Amino acid sequence: MTITLNGSKTDVADDITLAALMTELALPTRGSAAVVDGEVVPRGLWTGLTLRQGQVVELVTAVQGG
Amino acid sequence: MGDPFVIAGIELESRLILGTGGAPSLHVIEETLRASGTSLCTVAMRRVDAATSGSIIDVIDRTGVRVLPNTAGCRTAREAVQTAALAREALQTDWVKLEVVADERTLLPDPLELLEAAQTLVARGFHVLPYTNDDPVLARRLQQAGCVAVMPLGSPIGTGLGIANPHNIELIVSEAEVPVILDAGIGTASDAALAMELGCAGVLLASAVTRAQDPVAMATAMARAVEAGRLARLAGRIPKRFHAQPSSPTEGMAVL
Repeated sequence: MTITLNGSKTDVADDITLAALMTELALPTRGSAAVVDGEVVPRGLWTGLTLRQGQVVELVTAVQGG
Repeated sequence: MGDPFVIAGIELESRLILGTGGAPSLHVIEETLRASGTSLCTVAMRRVDAATSGSIIDVIDRTGVRVLPNTAGCRTAREAVQTAALAREALQTDWVKLEVVADERTLLPDPLELLEAAQTLVARGFHVLPYTNDDPVLARRLQQAGCVAVMPLGSPIGTGLGIANPHNIELIVSEAEVPVILDAGIGTASDAALAMELGCAGVLLASAVTRAQDPVAMATAMARAVEAGRLARLAGRIPKRFHAQPSSPTEGMAVL
């Protein structure tokens, strides 16, 4: 299926969970966060959240900043 | 030394808060964090970039410095509130340096969006440290909204122009019930010392260190300037006089 990941159409496995997607991208748990369809997803829900075709996912992390 | 720096009930050892933006590498950030002796440093939240290697969080954790996420780049209260929520999930902290800027050219805070965002975030349990204009009335309103500190600019972000309106900073300090932290515009050590002499509880700076020719040396200079300025403030400076006043005795001069 296809989702929009950080602004780009991206093919992912059907019914992938948010946690699995983050693991696939080798995202560190600490310092990262996710927004799905405009809602910030609490980290406790990452494992249980199954993504659906067409969803808009933003994955962010802490970077250098003033 | 009996002069604790406390924000939202947390005592910070250093009155220098370091921004990490603008440094040439993570290695330099780590060196400057250590040299500055800071207890608190800022980070921004951005989209994950697969090309980036190493994590700023690993560096910060290694140095034992507390992290303060910012909402840099946000132009509306809605964006800033959302970014703060993301940062809370990412970093497990309720603290946020709230930035809501009006435009890219000046990077000056948008006072209306800033106040609205502060009110919303306080209501949601955040400890809000707003980057604000050097406006005593806005500083007052932000405190009334429940912010745990106010952080007026010395001059616009990244300009290094120092403290453009020291009188306003003094006014803000004179009526503040929360720590006043001079944020933005610091160019060199004397600017940081002046901020502290004016009565600020702390100084937040990034570019002055990260973009200095020798960031580590400048981090050391800033740490000493902040300490010196604080000591001078507490020591009580002499009043300014129009005419000279001798420091040597005027009596007992030999007749020569």
